[in-house]
Amino acid sequence: MAPHKIVLRFTSSTSDQPIIYHLVKDYDLVVNILKAQINPHLEGTLVLDLRGEKYEEGIEYLRNQGISVHPLTQEVVRNNDRCTSCGACTGHCPAGALAMERPSMEVQFDSDKCVVCLQCLKVCPVGAMEVRI
Amino acid sequence: MSVERTYAEINARIKAGKAVVLTAEEVIGKVKEQGLTKTAAEVDVVTTGTFGPMCSSGAFLNFGHSSPRMRMTKVSLNNVPAYTGIAAVDAYIGATEVPEDDPANSNHPGEFRYGGGHVIEDLVAGKTVKLKALSYGTDCYPRREIETNITLNDLNEATLFNPRNAYQNYNCAVNASDRVIHTYMGTLKPRFGNANYSTSGQLSPLMKDPNFATIGIGTRIFLGGGIGYVVWNGTQHFPGWLKDQEGNVVGSAGGTLSVLGDLKQMKPQWLRGTRFQGYGATLTVGLGVPIPILNEEILRFAALSDEELHAPVVDYSDAYPNRVGGNLGVVSYAQLKSGKIILDGKEIPTAPLSSYPKAREIAGQLKNWIEKGDFLLGEPVQLLPGPMAGLTGKPLEIK
Repeated sequence: MAPHKIVLRFTSSTSDQPIIYHLVKDYDLVVNILKAQINPHLEGTLVLDLRGEKYEEGIEYLRNQGISVHPLTQEVVRNNDRCTSCGACTGHCPAGALAMERPSMEVQFDSDKCVVCLQCLKVCPVGAMEVRI
Repeated sequence: MSVERTYAEINARIKAGKAVVLTAEEVIGKVKEQGLTKTAAEVDVVTTGTFGPMCSSGAFLNFGHSSPRMRMTKVSLNNVPAYTGIAAVDAYIGATEVPEDDPANSNHPGEFRYGGGHVIEDLVAGKTVKLKALSYGTDCYPRREIETNITLNDLNEATLFNPRNAYQNYNCAVNASDRVIHTYMGTLKPRFGNANYSTSGQLSPLMKDPNFATIGIGTRIFLGGGIGYVVWNGTQHFPGWLKDQEGNVVGSAGGTLSVLGDLKQMKPQWLRGTRFQGYGATLTVGLGVPIPILNEEILRFAALSDEELHAPVVDYSDAYPNRVGGNLGVVSYAQLKSGKIILDGKEIPTAPLSSYPKAREIAGQLKNWIEKGDFLLGEPVQLLPGPMAGLTGKPLEIK
């Protein structure tokens, strides 16, 4: 089953709950946390890669807890005019979405593999990687 | 008898459309296939290319005179300060300059999203750039401030002048410490998590003429998409040989070029504003040098392959910042380009900072210009010092 990329938004009353534990323990879901953040008001945002047979039930559980669930619409795109195929990004992309093709030494970007960690935006010397919301 | 050629003979063949030109990549296969002697007899010119960050880059700009006239004392372009300690309406914008209000590394690691290199790219791209200038005012130059918009076309002269470009060879950077470090060689992960390098190896201009047998003052080159010239040796020009732990020569060391060209001829895809998180801003420069095959010996070096060329591996967490000499060993460009090197039995993923595909494109473009007769070789009026000159770097001692 293909993973779903979702964004969860927690209120201050739910951000201290062991939500992920229940997703794994009670619904047998495979969780990959791509990004997690709690602001000073104790409101939280979590970007997840989620998969498993009981996916829909897991989502239902989240909503019942008062957590809003949205599909991840943020995506990373490459500005091909700016990219010089230098390769500086390839050592930092944890998902292998940016990889060097050999022997041409051209950098290939496979957006299907991208986990939107945004590392490439930081390390690209020419600012060729952009985020689209 | 081995071949001997002169610049005049090669240029006559270029004008006649008969010159045989190969890129540094193509000539490697040719020599492997049919040997040095036969290839030297056939090939007139080998073209090279590199496209990487070159911090010592910048441009002299002449803005023209306003009415009333002004002796510009402080100048900024898109808020990036330019150096004005020259004549009244001239300035030098350096690639590594950052805006006055840039937080730099005060919030570490800084972003450095825009700097002098980006101003140069914007000018070459034909974009409008905001010019601000202040002056103390004089009798002949009464104006004290100006704020206006300029484009490259509005300028009288725009001369790219890069005092230290085209590094002959460079370190392969690693990080032995336990923390992430942000360097001019990119972000380096702790405990030898990655290794970054920055030359085009077998396409790299000065690696293919390590003796400086053909490169000197007046050598005509590809610079930023236009035609430029080698005008002097670069700063920190320390040509020499890279040796492995057994003392065998495994590549060249640290020659550099000082280059100049008309910015108005250049193209933004070959002068790209660049930044390194936590380090600063710079400019990625496209540069290609033609190597005339005057004799077999020059071809022998021009045909060196990635397997035969090496880079020293240097720890940027301690050895480099503290100026501790030596290295952790040498690795070939073939290994670096394979995507991993082995250091002390540990496999380390590698990544380049200079673009090999773009270097190939530059060498190809230069070949094309020469074949079409659009580009004649410039015979140097004086060659640059080679390894025999024994130049070495003087450290700055704190007295």
